[in-house]
Amino acid sequence: MPYLPDVPATLKAGAAPAGAPSAVPPETDRPRRSARRNSAAVLALFGALTVAVFLSLAIGTKNVPLSDVFAAIGGSTDGDAIVVRELRMPRTALGLLVGIALGVAGAVAQEITRNPLGDPGIIGISAGGAFGVAAGIGLFGWTASYQYIWCALVMGALAGGLAYLVGGTGYGGATPAKLALAGAAVSALLEAFTSALVLLDVNTLDQYRSWAVGSLAGRDDDLAWQLAPFVVVGLGLALFLAGRLNALALGDDLASSLGTPVRSTRALGALAVILLTGAAVAAAGPITFVGLVIPHIIRSLTGPDARWLVPCSGLAGAALMLYADVIGRLVARPAELEVGVVTAFLGAPFLVALIKSGRLKERTK
Amino acid sequence: MKLAFGPFGLLVRPRVILANGGLVLFGFAVMVLSLCLGTYSNLSANQVLGALFGYGPDDTTLLVRELRLPRALTAVLVGVAFGLAGAVFQAVTRNPLASPDLIGISAGAGTGAITAILFGGVTAAGAGSYGGVPFGALCGALATAAAIYFFAYRGGTITGYRFVLVGLAVQGALVALNRWMLAKADIDQASRAMVWLTGSLNGRDYTHVKWVGLGLLLLVPPVLLLGRAYQLMQFDEDTARGLGFRIGRSRMVLLILATCLAAVACASAGLIGFVALGAPQVARRLTGRAEVPLVASALTGAVLILAADLLGRTLFSPTELPVGIVTGAVGAPYLMWLLARTNRVGKGG
Repeated sequence: MPYLPDVPATLKAGAAPAGAPSAVPPETDRPRRSARRNSAAVLALFGALTVAVFLSLAIGTKNVPLSDVFAAIGGSTDGDAIVVRELRMPRTALGLLVGIALGVAGAVAQEITRNPLGDPGIIGISAGGAFGVAAGIGLFGWTASYQYIWCALVMGALAGGLAYLVGGTGYGGATPAKLALAGAAVSALLEAFTSALVLLDVNTLDQYRSWAVGSLAGRDDDLAWQLAPFVVVGLGLALFLAGRLNALALGDDLASSLGTPVRSTRALGALAVILLTGAAVAAAGPITFVGLVIPHIIRSLTGPDARWLVPCSGLAGAALMLYADVIGRLVARPAELEVGVVTAFLGAPFLVALIKSGRLKERTK
Repeated sequence: MKLAFGPFGLLVRPRVILANGGLVLFGFAVMVLSLCLGTYSNLSANQVLGALFGYGPDDTTLLVRELRLPRALTAVLVGVAFGLAGAVFQAVTRNPLASPDLIGISAGAGTGAITAILFGGVTAAGAGSYGGVPFGALCGALATAAAIYFFAYRGGTITGYRFVLVGLAVQGALVALNRWMLAKADIDQASRAMVWLTGSLNGRDYTHVKWVGLGLLLLVPPVLLLGRAYQLMQFDEDTARGLGFRIGRSRMVLLILATCLAAVACASAGLIGFVALGAPQVARRLTGRAEVPLVASALTGAVLILAADLLGRTLFSPTELPVGIVTGAVGAPYLMWLLARTNRVGKGG
């Protein structure tokens, strides 16, 4: 299919149906103004995230007053502070990590596949993780989460690697469409295997389904620390690549004529997505929808510049994750609503409202 | 190659004809095989023909006519519906990932079906007790589609881009809801729902053939009538408009038709994955064309489901694999191989 490089909206506006007012303002942002606007967005996201962290530490089956939360952060272990330190801090850390990972991975995935459907699971990672869990339970009889979490991480990474290899073979390398299709094919294959495992054995289904909802509850205390290295490396890689991703958005031909190493950028981007998504899916289940929604929302705030988009998506992803977790603890007291359900039901209306308002526009083909 | 008789011209593309002919022949062969092979007894082609035309012994007649034939026919019809729906979605949105199983329609059918299973009192095993499920799935899929159209409609039309994005948002919410319902459900009902969600042709009889056939009779002719619009839409939008085409309305009609096709298919056979996504892409590579072919996609879908069901029935006999597992396990590697093999620029996209 032919693609067009980014044509300024003012040029495209002539093609709009006669009579329909162009919803797209001319893109004449002066760099300085957009930098100021984006800095404000970053500040606002930081503020929202800080509030989310405190809420996540304070709210739960038993609410803890903020003074005790501060005491707990200061190192106190008496009274309610022990709840905060032992239970809520690890959970909040895990939520932060998963949210950052999914937000950043989503932004990078949409850039390297140049597809708005670029969910971080797009190159097969969440399907791989799900297969890893189902196989761990069904074939090896593992029951503890620390056993199958690593299985999910490894299988997710392998699936992502396989999709990249299939999409990237041949002359022309991993073009966006080939990459997306290969990811969908790998996902379909692994989902078939997962269904087979789950249908053959009721016990596997029973355990698998509680993982597949997506939750931060009941994870090991030090899981966040174990997964942190993957997320840190993936994040560093994504931030390093952000400038090149901008060039990639112009289309491969234009990007390489601008001197961007297209192939290595896409390969490293895929590696970042694999690391980040693999860790997030292993920890919290296949909740990659976060990574799909967040970049779209952020793009409407900061514009398409990946150097802003990537870090802001990380912040926003973490904030969404924590707010969703807090809301999940509140709505079904004393039980909990899983974070996977809450993020989807928070994210989807927001995304739909954005689309409805016309603030999302087609960028590239 | 162009054939011309006076003012009438016809563009003949040998490879397209070859691909379609090959698909028809292969599909026919698989159909005969799937009438021959099965758990109870393997029949010869002669016995099958005898049974079909009513001069065989009663038991083979029953086996072929009442059990295997309706199942194979359902497979063909559902395959055609999924293949066409996938082709239209992918062509109209110009996105190879835009298939009903990725942008909400199937997920909506799943929500409807799970609701029907959980609240409709599906308790006993067996296909008969799934009575309310197809209806639930159909309602779920159509309601979801209506919601997607409602949210994606803006300025008098629905652009492919907005349709895909709204579909994705709806898909995300519904998949989470489905997983949550499954996780909270009674384990027996959950495993029953899983079978349905995977997609199965087990126990499909002439009721299914009748309903799906009726759906296709209503939906396929208008899709074919819009074939020219369909072809133009795969170009860039401005090109199509420049050729003097009013693209907005045809696009909406095509999307609605494709949704109904997917809904009908999902309702009768469950959420068979991969076919709507993979069949058009496989068909494109078989015909060697840049655009997503309509007829070849439908044929590929039919062949894929027929073959997958045959394999699922016979591979681990007497254990039967649901067709949805086999379509993914067989179709996906094939698409991967095709992807890896195409080594010319632009062929992959």
